[in-house]
Amino acid sequence: MTPSEQLQTVLERIPYARFLGIRAELAGDEMTAILPFGEHLIGNPMLPAIHGGVLGAFMEMTALAQLSVSEGQARQPRVIDITIEYLRSGRPLTTYARAQIKKVGRRIANVHVEAWQEQRAAPIAAMRGHFLVTPTT
Amino acid sequence: MDIMRQALGAMNQGSPHARALGIETISIGPEGSVLRAPYKPEMVGDPDTGVIAGGVVTALLDHACGQAVHTALEQFTTIATLDLRIDYMRPAEPGKDIFARAHCYKATRSVAFVRAVAYDTDPDDPVAAAQAAFMLDSSAGRGFGANLKPAKKPVKGRS
Repeated sequence: MTPSEQLQTVLERIPYARFLGIRAELAGDEMTAILPFGEHLIGNPMLPAIHGGVLGAFMEMTALAQLSVSEGQARQPRVIDITIEYLRSGRPLTTYARAQIKKVGRRIANVHVEAWQEQRAAPIAAMRGHFLVTPTT
Repeated sequence: MDIMRQALGAMNQGSPHARALGIETISIGPEGSVLRAPYKPEMVGDPDTGVIAGGVVTALLDHACGQAVHTALEQFTTIATLDLRIDYMRPAEPGKDIFARAHCYKATRSVAFVRAVAYDTDPDDPVAAAQAAFMLDSSAGRGFGANLKPAKKPVKGRS
């Protein structure tokens, strides 16, 4: 299985990732997570805007997927804490996210994620988080 | 209080994502709001254990914090999450509904501060805890359908 197929398999196995409709593309070891817009993602129907919880969940899933790509974890890492910053309202468009692993220690990984829509330079939300990673042995 | 309860119920129904998750408001009051997200197979984050996805807890906490702001304010105003910090203390028990209790402990003219916990059985044995800040009157000058209009800055290659 290519790393790209492996990533797709990981995402397809997670019911909640399927529910949101998350896909992912790989360029080398850099992954871009893709969240196509769907009616069920709307939080505020007036604007309309994507639910803040959806963006948080999407970025959290991006971090977990990037960790599985880079670290090849046997088990899913566990989330310890996340901080989400909301920068712009999520418009009814496809949302993208990319994660940067800042550090992986023996037990803890620190990951930053940014999500954007039309312009990479104008992110709609950012996330920083700590994850419990377990040795692959 | 009953009118408030009805309004919040309508808000849950009116928010497509809250409806998709099946989020319900259980109680509201000065001590905060309690909301529930029922356990559903499609909410699972770890297929090996059946534990609900952290993202579901995130969405429920965000929604609960927002409702706590609405109940704490005397007049209805539009709000937007500025930041949300979540600590995950333990995995939720597979098969159990998740509850969130949120309390808006301070609101200034422009910002509201909220604390919340998510739990499956006992609020004193939480699954996760959250701290959030909300901007008040967030859609000032932006009316119905504002997000359907093109972005202010023109985007290359966009007609």
